Amino acid sequence: MRVDLVLRNWPLFAEGVWITLQLTLIAVAVGFAIALPAGLARARRAPFWEPVLGAYVYLFRGTPLLAQTFLIYYGLAQFGWIRSSWAWTFLRDPWWCAAIAFSLNSGAYATEIVRGAVATTPKGELEAAAALGLSPRQSTWLVLVPSALRRALPQYGNEVIFMLHGSAVASVITLRDILGAGRTLNAKFYLAYEGFLTAALLYMAITFLLVWLFRRLENRYLRHLGAAR
Amino acid sequence: MNRILRLAAAGLLIGAASPALALNICVEGAYPPFSEMAADGSVVGFDVDIANALCGQIGETCQMVKVDWDGIIPALLEKKCDAIVASMSITEERRQVIDFTKKYYQTPARFVAPKDSDLTFTPEGLAGKVVGVQRGTIHQAFMEGEFPETQLQLYGSQDEMTLDLTSGRIDAAMADSVALDLGFLKTPAGADYAFFGDSYSIPKYHGEGAGIGVRKEDTELRDKLSAAIDAIRADGEYEAIEKKYFDFDVYGS
Repeated sequence: MRVDLVLRNWPLFAEGVWITLQLTLIAVAVGFAIALPAGLARARRAPFWEPVLGAYVYLFRGTPLLAQTFLIYYGLAQFGWIRSSWAWTFLRDPWWCAAIAFSLNSGAYATEIVRGAVATTPKGELEAAAALGLSPRQSTWLVLVPSALRRALPQYGNEVIFMLHGSAVASVITLRDILGAGRTLNAKFYLAYEGFLTAALLYMAITFLLVWLFRRLENRYLRHLGAAR
Repeated sequence: MNRILRLAAAGLLIGAASPALALNICVEGAYPPFSEMAADGSVVGFDVDIANALCGQIGETCQMVKVDWDGIIPALLEKKCDAIVASMSITEERRQVIDFTKKYYQTPARFVAPKDSDLTFTPEGLAGKVVGVQRGTIHQAFMEGEFPETQLQLYGSQDEMTLDLTSGRIDAAMADSVALDLGFLKTPAGADYAFFGDSYSIPKYHGEGAGIGVRKEDTELRDKLSAAIDAIRADGEYEAIEKKYFDFDVYGS
């Protein structure tokens, strides 16, 4: 074990943690922004949106994140008209390509989580809302959505952790995220064990943090359902 | 499209080693014309032909094992193969981990950029510019040492690097001149690109040429392979293979 080489290269790993966190948080935030309206629409089988959203979810859950990232990074870059369009400002940058791929991927999985939670909302809650004289819009945003999101929390925590680990794909499109830092150490000093072990420990540390965070959220928002400890 | 699929496949399939009695040779398969994937999935190129010639010379049957560059030294150490024939330069850093035969070729390193590039290819001229190199190569070490102000973009393979050069994500690429010439500039994709700057061959970075990597304890195999390199150079087999790929001498002086 050459712990000294890992320590001497700590800026590499610090930068890696920062990039991994950026990408994971962006993917989860944008993913959620997609999932909330898309999940609601799917649960209600909204006439026009259903085939569109169905195709989106099917496409992004049906293919590996690695392939999606490759297609956005190397694939789109093959078309001259994309390279000469405004979109190239973003697609030129591997960071944006990863952010786009991860956000769309996370959005697809989260859509299904929200759809499931909305669809399984007890009828009584909505009947109570109607009995109180809430308009459909009020009952959606004051009763249905808060109730569904609470129950979606445990699954959502899972999705965030999957996204964190999925973000390791970023290292194949030249980004120096946590795994990228491990790969660099491996390539430079042939330290496969040290580099990748450090990367693994860093991912674990972030995962523990996320698990703790979601447990706190569950304790707060799911207490009344008796599901939390 | 084909190229993307090939890249994706190369990333996913790390060739399966078979437990034959033959000598297993680690090759990369993403470094044309030295090593590239044929349509049928086999690895072909100068490296492969040399490997086969050397195996014939020492009387062994050889099996090519395709391994990504990143994992090629670990694969040797973990005995997934017995020798690396992957255009690997002999350097001090690598010598600490594995052993090498004598060189089997040596060519200089150069920059490649779009033909209309107006950059000056000096450390000052490339300060703040983005240059692609393959991760963990002598070219990365060279750029870090001599062009410290240049921003490096690291790629897993040279194919990915030239793909990004053509899409304009990087200002230039630094790699072996011959691999760039035949693997990129002479292909349709490289039509609008050209060499720039000096030809670099600095022993401190670029080593003593490309050798065959073997485990440190396999001194007998190392000596047999070194002798075989001399033998195929003497009997004309090397020249015949060389002619297949290059119209100049790649052995160097």
